[in-house]
Amino acid sequence: MSTANRETPRPAAGRAGIKKELPAHFKDYRHVWVFIELERGQVHPVSFELLGEGRKLADKLEVQLAGVVLGPPGEAVGNAVAEAFAYGADLVYIAEAPLLADYRNEPFTKAMTDLVDTHKPEILLLGATTLGRDLAGSVATTLQTGLTADCTELDVDTDSSLAATRPTFGGSLLCTIYTLNFRPQMATVRPRVMPMPQRTDKPVGRVIRHKLSLAEDEIATKVLGFLPDNQSAKANLAYADVVVAGGLGLGAAENLQLVKNLARAIGAEHGCSRPLVQKSWMPADRQIGQTGKTIRPKLYIAAGISGAVQHRVGVEGADLIVAINTDPNAPIFDFAHLGIVTDAIRFLPALTEAFTRRLSPHSRDKLAS
Amino acid sequence: MHIVICIKQVPDSAQIRVHPVTNTIMRQGVPTIINPYDLFALEEALRLRDAYGGEVTVLTMGPPMAEDALRKALGYGADRAVLLTDRYFAGSDTLATSFALSQAIAKVGETFGTPDLVFTGKQTIDGDTAQVGPGIAKRLGLLQLTYVAKIPSIDLAAGEIKVERRSEGGTQMLKSRLPCLITMLEGTNEIRRGSIHDALCAARSQVLKWSAADAGIEDLTKCGLRGSPTVVKRVFAPAARAQKAALIDTAEKALRDVADELITAIFTRQPALEHELAFNGGA
Amino acid sequence: MIEENFDAIVVGAGMSGNAAAYTMASHGLKVLQLERGEYPGSKNVQGAIMYANMLEKIIPDFRDDAPLERHLVEQRLWVMDDTSHTGIHYRSDDFNEAKPNRYTIIRAQFDKWFSRKVREAGATVLCETTVTELIRDAKDRVIGVRTDRAGGAIYADVVVLAEGVCGLLGTRAGLRQMPKPQTVALAVKEMHFLPEEVIEQRFGLKGDEGCVIEAVGTTSRSMAGLGFLYTNKESISLGIGCLVSDFAAMVESPYVLLDALKSHPSIRPLIAGSEVKEYSAHLIPEGGYKAIPQLFGDGWVVVGDAAQLNNAIHREGSNLAMTSGRIAAEAIIEVNSRNAPMTKRNLALYKAMLDKSFVVKDLKKYKDMPALLHTNSCNYFTTYPRLMSQAAQNFMRVDGTPKIEKEKATTAAFIKARSRWGLLSDAVRLALAWR
Ligand SMILES: Cc1cc2nc3c(=O)[nH]c(=O)nc-3n(C[C@H](O)[C@H](O)[C@H](O)COP(=O)(O)OP(=O)(O)OC[C@H]3O[C@@H](n4cnc5c(N)ncnc54)[C@H](O)[C@@H]3O)c2cc1C
Ligand SMILES: Cc1cc2nc3c(=O)[nH]c(=O)nc-3n(C[C@H](O)[C@H](O)[C@H](O)COP(=O)(O)OP(=O)(O)OC[C@H]3O[C@@H](n4cnc5c(N)ncnc54)[C@H](O)[C@@H]3O)c2cc1C
Ligand SMILES: Nc1ncnc2c1ncn2[C@@H]1O[C@H](COP(=O)(O)O)[C@@H](O)[C@H]1O
Repeated sequence: MSTANRETPRPAAGRAGIKKELPAHFKDYRHVWVFIELERGQVHPVSFELLGEGRKLADKLEVQLAGVVLGPPGEAVGNAVAEAFAYGADLVYIAEAPLLADYRNEPFTKAMTDLVDTHKPEILLLGATTLGRDLAGSVATTLQTGLTADCTELDVDTDSSLAATRPTFGGSLLCTIYTLNFRPQMATVRPRVMPMPQRTDKPVGRVIRHKLSLAEDEIATKVLGFLPDNQSAKANLAYADVVVAGGLGLGAAENLQLVKNLARAIGAEHGCSRPLVQKSWMPADRQIGQTGKTIRPKLYIAAGISGAVQHRVGVEGADLIVAINTDPNAPIFDFAHLGIVTDAIRFLPALTEAFTRRLSPHSRDKLAS
Repeated sequence: MHIVICIKQVPDSAQIRVHPVTNTIMRQGVPTIINPYDLFALEEALRLRDAYGGEVTVLTMGPPMAEDALRKALGYGADRAVLLTDRYFAGSDTLATSFALSQAIAKVGETFGTPDLVFTGKQTIDGDTAQVGPGIAKRLGLLQLTYVAKIPSIDLAAGEIKVERRSEGGTQMLKSRLPCLITMLEGTNEIRRGSIHDALCAARSQVLKWSAADAGIEDLTKCGLRGSPTVVKRVFAPAARAQKAALIDTAEKALRDVADELITAIFTRQPALEHELAFNGGA
Repeated sequence: MIEENFDAIVVGAGMSGNAAAYTMASHGLKVLQLERGEYPGSKNVQGAIMYANMLEKIIPDFRDDAPLERHLVEQRLWVMDDTSHTGIHYRSDDFNEAKPNRYTIIRAQFDKWFSRKVREAGATVLCETTVTELIRDAKDRVIGVRTDRAGGAIYADVVVLAEGVCGLLGTRAGLRQMPKPQTVALAVKEMHFLPEEVIEQRFGLKGDEGCVIEAVGTTSRSMAGLGFLYTNKESISLGIGCLVSDFAAMVESPYVLLDALKSHPSIRPLIAGSEVKEYSAHLIPEGGYKAIPQLFGDGWVVVGDAAQLNNAIHREGSNLAMTSGRIAAEAIIEVNSRNAPMTKRNLALYKAMLDKSFVVKDLKKYKDMPALLHTNSCNYFTTYPRLMSQAAQNFMRVDGTPKIEKEKATTAAFIKARSRWGLLSDAVRLALAWR
């Protein structure tokens, strides 16, 4: 007869109930660490988001929050350290070496695993960027511990273990994952999933330096060059305050101009759903969603987007979601805050026009008076 | 040159449904596909083989039906397929998966020649972790090049490879050493359509089926649930937002008025926005 | 590249193609089967009921591992008007036999299983390969095929065309004509997913028992058509089909009809709360006996829907497809065993064998039905359903009207609608066509 086709993604029962005593050699693993991602002089903002989240975990566990900065000797590391404190770190570990100038897996993995082995954190968080994921995967394997990727929620359980929640099956379900019996408990979090914490000027606190015992000629991979993304083409979607996006409902590539026009009028970034990237109507870095960018704007306007779960997981953090769709039953209306059931191709120009009117200097004067 | 490429069979997540009552995945009628990201790696492997000569071995760990994915890969033109399948692997997380796969790759190497390159996809669409590739590399002691967008050249004699790697805000040009593991970025190429000859060969060739023992895995405690440090404690459906969107009435109104009404509604909910927008755009 | 030569190439991996490929391969013929879909069944839509007997003739122990949904213990035939239905229900515990006679299946899964059997029998099966052209020699004999893959032609002694209702390959090659709009129905179907327990409770089923509803009436808006509801394990297949020519004439979209069916008060509660997935549309050949084309020629035979072998009146298609596929294969095996060439003359054996089977006999029996239902569809699909509903309601409602008056009123309504002569002639014509 037909096979019973129901399955849980992973047997949630079985080991789930079992909670063995943590092996003795892991008992002294304490404190929460956040990897401060420094590349070419810049700290990736996701590191600050993680410090905000790490602060909450550390407070619940009544332990300290530490930042880990790996980079070349110089000003950049100093700045990164200062910023780490400003965003809530209690102390910072530093490994400074010329061979940490550009990201390469070998020296970074070595530095990070050495630091963990020496100072024994119980939780280690990294941003789910290309760098963070590259590093986290090999660090976790070297340490033989668990790593939960792309978390959307982190919490501390009653027994002090890390409860890492992440979407699974494209966002149709969420699951909460624990790393039992191994330390550190590692997790990566995508940019913009956690809110940016408040920055407060604080003096630089305790800094612990680690000397990397690795020479350049021990590293097989060499960086021959770096080609920065063309600034003009680079979408700063993830960190934009206002985003206007178009979907397949716009019907044709040329209608994307309507989205861009509105975006320009209100100083927003523009983005799109995945099918438009697949059709080459927009470049891949404009894609929003599970396999694109996660965004967290104050205002998100979606035109002609159905709101599939893979899209939804990328925009749910927005403060205000406005959906324009001809189909009143489109799933996007399940999670948008404001909706208009109408033809976006006709409505977008009207909206652009109305915004322009409203925001024109003339009416701004009115607003001021 | 011998290239090993790891592919995974995944349910087409676009078509997955969640049982409304039990919150379990209903797979009835949900087709399985080769993880789309793996196809970019597979094509790159085939392309390199065609350019430099050699063989491509596809490897997957999964249930018996994952053979379908391997047959497909053979149809695209891969030379050999290995299915790693054993009940000991059930419930593997990424650490256990990378252990089993690395053992199997070592065995493939012993049997058919040490691989010069191992490929994986960027990530899977079900596990979605991007961890298995780096995990395999670490366990095999291979250099790891992730998010590779292009492989401009390989010098087999010198054991050297040049790649372009996607990193935050730009592209790194890297030179590294063979053997290494590459995770391939999406959109970098398009999977070929095998010729009728490839298809016929694929239909006739045998997929090698290896158990844990066949792959030379002795330490079963590193496999499956037992070898997985992470444990899924709870699976649940995302909380539905309590309210559906407030719909702005469009009946018998000029678009212009609807637009004004929408803008007012936006600024009522987010008063601070009005000043910010006026500052950003509007001019 | 090496030139490939097969005993037989089968185009299509539907019911008929699989039956043919399996039968030939298990008799040791070197068989290549080509399917354009991503996997066998990926392009196949079917309600779907599968008839055990015809499959048993091909794979006797299919019940061991075929993906079967439910075996049918109950059949409901409904005549519907807009708000009611009058029905005959037949349910019998006899259908809970050791080897049940009819099952619901999901084609995507079933075809995959069938195809695995074909492969195990020794045939080479290639999917995602569309046959684009039949290759012929100077004497116009079919000697092989070309596909949409790079790498040229493949040759075989005989090509079995099992390409389904549209049969583009055969029609393009001039072996037969495109089916006409009045001889094909367009069926649209949705899968409604519901938990197993809910389905069992709503239809009074237990275990693997299943139920089927087939409905005619005003739901098809006076067109010759039929609504159907089949219970699967965790889903309900719900659909409706009408002749393509009718859709065109009425300017109705099939989707509107399906919507009307779904919201009919007799159907709605049965699917309430379901999650809809997989909306699909497919053609069904309904021309019957008179539409059967030339079935064989030099180096080729045609089977299944491509040969219009479909019994619309009894909603049977897959069994005719399987049987024609098997018989064609048996004929080819016979010719092959005599070491004779696959000429038109020799392949005539297929038609001779098919004529003796239920396939052609059944189609012959109903040869006039398609035309009758087509020309008289308004009466059979609207007037009578309405009259029946009124009659039934008149009969059920207890309101103090003397019974004799009620009966008179019913009779009067029938006569008013169709006249005495009309009633008589409808009945006679139906009986004649049925005979
Ligand atoms: C592994 C995987 C990963 C994925 N990752 C992503 C991802 O990261 N991001 C993403 O977006 N998708 C992703 N998807 C795809 C996702 O499942 C959906 O297919 C996609 O989001 C749908 O895009 P859409 O809403 O633009 O198109 P559609 O679903 O076709 O929706 C178009 C909408 O426009 C409406 N419409 C039509 N005409 C008009 C009009 N004139 N005016 C207004 N509205 C109109 C329609 O009612 C409809 O709701 C992924 C899928 C898979 C399988
Ligand atoms: C909605 C609906 C409900 C039905 N319900 C029932 C029912 O309950 N019971 C029943 O017995 N029958 C039913 N039928 C009829 C039944 O589905 C068909 O009679 C049967 O599937 C015919 O089998 P076939 O092999 O001839 O064609 P198909 O099953 O259509 O198979 C043809 C195959 O050939 C492939 N193909 C076509 N052209 C090419 C090419 N050029 N190259 C390679 N491959 C090609 C197609 O992809 C397809 O897989 C129903 C039909 C429909 C549409
Ligand atoms: N079970 C598996 N069998 C073979 N390869 C796998 C398996 N799981 C993951 N991979 C490979 O590892 C890559 C990353 O997977 P993941 O870490 O799950 O996102 C995939 O793109 C595959 O190439």
